[in-house]
Amino acid sequence: MMRLEPVGAEALLLVLAEQPDADLPLRIAALADRIHLELGPLLVDLVPGWTTLLLHYDLLRTDHLQLGKRLLPLLEDWCAEAQPPRSGRLHEIPVWYAGEDLAEVARACVLSEAEVIALHSGMEYRVGAIGFAPGFAYLGELDARLALPRRRTPRIRVPAGSLAIAERQTAVYPQASPGGWHLIGRCPRHLFDAHAKPPCPLAVGDRVRFLAIDEATFRAEGGVP
Amino acid sequence: MTGLAVIRPGPLSLLQDAGRLGWQHLGVSPAGPLDIHAAAWANRLLDNRRGTPLVEIALGGTELQSAIDTWVAVCGAELDIRLDGAPRPNWSRFAVRAGQRLGLGFARSGQRAYLAVAGGFRAGAVLGSVATQTREGLGGLHGDGRSLCAGDVLPCAPASLPGAASVPWRFVPDYRAEPCLRVMLGGDAGDFSVADRQRFFAQPWRLSPQSDRMGTRLSGEPLRAPTRQWSLGVATGAIQVPPDGQPIVLMADRQTMGGYPILGWVHPLDLGLLAQCPAHRTVRFARVRVKTVQEEVREFYRFFGR
Repeated sequence: MMRLEPVGAEALLLVLAEQPDADLPLRIAALADRIHLELGPLLVDLVPGWTTLLLHYDLLRTDHLQLGKRLLPLLEDWCAEAQPPRSGRLHEIPVWYAGEDLAEVARACVLSEAEVIALHSGMEYRVGAIGFAPGFAYLGELDARLALPRRRTPRIRVPAGSLAIAERQTAVYPQASPGGWHLIGRCPRHLFDAHAKPPCPLAVGDRVRFLAIDEATFRAEGGVP
Repeated sequence: MTGLAVIRPGPLSLLQDAGRLGWQHLGVSPAGPLDIHAAAWANRLLDNRRGTPLVEIALGGTELQSAIDTWVAVCGAELDIRLDGAPRPNWSRFAVRAGQRLGLGFARSGQRAYLAVAGGFRAGAVLGSVATQTREGLGGLHGDGRSLCAGDVLPCAPASLPGAASVPWRFVPDYRAEPCLRVMLGGDAGDFSVADRQRFFAQPWRLSPQSDRMGTRLSGEPLRAPTRQWSLGVATGAIQVPPDGQPIVLMADRQTMGGYPILGWVHPLDLGLLAQCPAHRTVRFARVRVKTVQEEVREFYRFFGR
């Protein structure tokens, strides 16, 4: 069921589905574009999530109740629309599977490290959302055999380029930042540049495949262990 | 362009404006001042628009030398302000002549002071803002997220104002008091047990020294957090509860999305009081309605400008 909920005093959350599916990121991206086109001046930021769209609005121009009323016809149209099939661009991202939690993940999942790597790199993932940090793309769905809850206490600092998993998601940390996910590998590429257009090579709805590389290739591609 | 030269930056001095808005869909943090109330007053004293670039000075211990005649204002943490050794008042504006040295001592109460200059500091914007985000490497004087260093020159233009002015005393907060922060319940609040919600409001929470511009970490008798699976957009002031049950209040340098369950949001105008608390200070929380908060925040924006 679709729901609209206030988020603090200056934002409104649209909960668009209970569970994500393969087409939902593309559909939410299309809805965000439409809302931006029609209600852009009332809004400060739009943040698509796996099953949600968060609207940060200008409190001097609207509030969650008025905005909700303006959104209803757009949401009705969105529900009625049959989404044209689109596949999204495919990105291949090299990864050296040498994260500091790899052994612990294998143990917790009752798998060998080689099996964890084979399962993780054997899947194609969809960019479901970009957030948390600049260029941090949430990729899904991770194989159920690798699903683990987040760490009980987040790390204060996760190194840039870390490949991580949590629940049914995987992601590469573009910058060093705090983080609560399990680290299973290292990517030598930069996935955000504020001066590039666009600043982030990945977009919501794109597809991603991870290619396992060794330490020598990681270093040759500019990675710093 | 000439301006104010940084002789000693102090532990963490950051150029900030109203924040980096419009890029949260790519994961870019809003940043901006931690204490929007003190920052807004510093700019207002100089007839600057709210969000005009100023410097957020953590803990004080700063010295600058001016190359121009201008006016400055300092608001926020209580600290010694000296111009060529002579005391100047906090929460006030005063003239600075070319060649004079402005010294800020270490904070006696509060954690952040805001130094504004007439007309504002000038720096190149990154993604539309000069706000310094050290974790993301964005903004600041050089555009790369670095905090201010000795030898940096904060560019600004000469200015003159008709005379001194101060913030009326009733608007100057007492940062020594244990704050009671108002909270709008929401998000995943309904998935917490009634007992845990009551415990959140009943007990004092201690500020962890691991707090920073991204989040204020609290410690106390842990809450039992519900589980949540899919990450979604978050707002400043969100109280997220990771599985260890110790709440984290998301501050200006927060992430744009998160996956931990959220109990509610701290009133935006109370976040400054939280930012001014030292490590180990206790804080308490009380409930407030969204509508009440919206009325107060609107009044704040109308008075200081959006």
